[in-house]
Amino acid sequence: MLKINNLHASVDGKEILKGINLEIKAGEVHAIMGPNGSGKSTLASVIAGKEEFEVTEGEVILEGENLEDSAPEERAHKGVFLSFQYPVEIPGVSVTNFMKTAINESRKARGLEDMKANEMLKLIREKAEMLEIDRKFLSRSLNEGFSGGEKKRNEIFQMAMLEPKLAILDETDSGLDIDALRIVANGVNKLKSKDNAVLLITHYQRLLDYIVPDFVHVLHNGRIVKSGGKELALELEEKGYDWLKNEVTV
Amino acid sequence: MLKDKLISSFMAFENNVDIDNPVHDVRVEAMKNFEIKGFPSKKEEAWKYTSLNALQKTDFSIFPKQTNTLEYKDVKKYFIHEIDTYKVVFIDGVFSSHLSETTHDGVDICLMSSALNKPMYKQIIDVYFNKIASKDESLTTLNTAFSKEGVYIYIPKNKMPKKPIEILHFATGNEASIMLQPRNLIVVEENAEVQIMERHQSLTSNEVLTNAVTEIFAAKNAIVDYYKIQNDAAEASLIDNTYINQKDKSVVKVHTFSFGGKLTRNNLNFYQNGEYIDSTMKGVTILGEKQHVDHHTLVHHIEPNCESHQDYKGIYDENSTGVFNGKIIVEKLAQKTNAFQQNNNILISDKATINTKPQLEIFADDVKCSHGCTIGQLDEDALFYLQSRGIPRKEANALLMYAFANNVLASVRIPELKTRINKLIANKLGVNLGFDL
Repeated sequence: MLKINNLHASVDGKEILKGINLEIKAGEVHAIMGPNGSGKSTLASVIAGKEEFEVTEGEVILEGENLEDSAPEERAHKGVFLSFQYPVEIPGVSVTNFMKTAINESRKARGLEDMKANEMLKLIREKAEMLEIDRKFLSRSLNEGFSGGEKKRNEIFQMAMLEPKLAILDETDSGLDIDALRIVANGVNKLKSKDNAVLLITHYQRLLDYIVPDFVHVLHNGRIVKSGGKELALELEEKGYDWLKNEVTV
Repeated sequence: MLKDKLISSFMAFENNVDIDNPVHDVRVEAMKNFEIKGFPSKKEEAWKYTSLNALQKTDFSIFPKQTNTLEYKDVKKYFIHEIDTYKVVFIDGVFSSHLSETTHDGVDICLMSSALNKPMYKQIIDVYFNKIASKDESLTTLNTAFSKEGVYIYIPKNKMPKKPIEILHFATGNEASIMLQPRNLIVVEENAEVQIMERHQSLTSNEVLTNAVTEIFAAKNAIVDYYKIQNDAAEASLIDNTYINQKDKSVVKVHTFSFGGKLTRNNLNFYQNGEYIDSTMKGVTILGEKQHVDHHTLVHHIEPNCESHQDYKGIYDENSTGVFNGKIIVEKLAQKTNAFQQNNNILISDKATINTKPQLEIFADDVKCSHGCTIGQLDEDALFYLQSRGIPRKEANALLMYAFANNVLASVRIPELKTRINKLIANKLGVNLGFDL
């Protein structure tokens, strides 16, 4: 599904990713953990195509296709989804209208007609129900005045609507209380299938109790310094990141 | 030059009006002022960023040579036709009874020419005509000198017209270039209410210059909503001089949507002659090409316990230029004044310019005044967010610009008008977002 080879990326001339190698197969859940400033969010943004970051070396390949020249919207059309750590507020545009625009733009890119209004409505209701989202919420302006938990739930709602092949969840657990975390995690688990993949980016192990990863990678100073199974996350939780830093330098 | 032509045209004009009418003394006086002052130049502080030089070189025809007609089906799209409205329509400055729907049913929504000439309106004209409009600002006096036609609205105490009022000025382009000078008088008595939408629309690429004056009197507890839709053709210029006099507890809101035209100058003046008055000015300006819009607002806080709210948003692309000059005067007597002013701008292109200037003159000591202006670009993080959802950059830009302008639209009280403005915005931004904004 996703293959990242020797990826180097910088912002304003400062190198942040220093040679990432990662392969994610369909049906898998990968978690990337690491201390603050290790490059986790940068990796997420680079995969999604944020132009602020310059890829200086290496490549990101989605289903055999190099994404190098694809704009963020084209990557979305190809099935990449990024759940933002800090979703942006858009006053005056309701959640429903925003989703209509996003879905129909994706359909347009695939040469499909706009989705019929009643079909769209049905889909929105179905997905909202799955994430226990109140119908009133859908007519509110996108993210405007939403609590931290509401914003994250709304991100996963968008993921449910867009049905991506590769979902990258950037710190989706931050700012969530335990109930909200459970709802969000249940949503992600329901969306998981053998045909798609999930990349979780998180600072804490907590989320991984609910969305169980097949692989855990530790990112430090722009490189993956250790990979393992889900037990690696527990080890990190227990020992912190310092022992790894030492291990790496030794 | 245009000034000379106007002076000589005034003599011809006098052959067509009743010079024994007392109003004519007002015209003659105004013409004297214009002869002395002429058009304002960039040397004057208030006209520093807006030049009328090019317009003065055009050989505008001052009076239409023939009466022109239009079919409703050809101009329907310029009306808010989704709802029933009273309509006062002018074609090349001449009233079109065919396209209009005036009324005298409890309220007067009719013509300035009737009001100026018929004895039954004399009392109102004597009290209100040219009473709040400036007697020394040259363009206002020029309009006063030629005042003959326009809209006359009189809403008696406790009344409200059954439907909103639309004022439309069409220019047909049958003359190579035409100058229009509509003169409007709107009197809203105690506890009365009115909603007015106004639009100037040139139908061809021939040049049009409109120099309009509107006087609005809002008595105690009156409510006035005035919407100016400025989406004119590329060769149409507008100088709009609006003067508003408010009495105790009246609420007057003016929304100005500036999307079109070549040169637009809005002189919007509020005078608060009473207590507990609310004056609101809101604007959305979206410009491209070489368009120029200049918003000059004035709020004169004369008495205590009043409020004023100003919120202007501007989006400037290509070589367009914008001006916002917001003057607030708080007299010594006007304690407990709350005056708020906000002007936010986005420059899309490196060649676009905005000059924004708050001007506060505060003589009272117990007042709350705030003002803020910002000039920025669209937020790259926000754009990335929308793009990551599959929304192309152009549409993402448009959505963000719409969001930026949105709170100005929130106070539009006619839903069909709001929808229309949203469509004009989407159109201006060149996008189809797949839903009605």
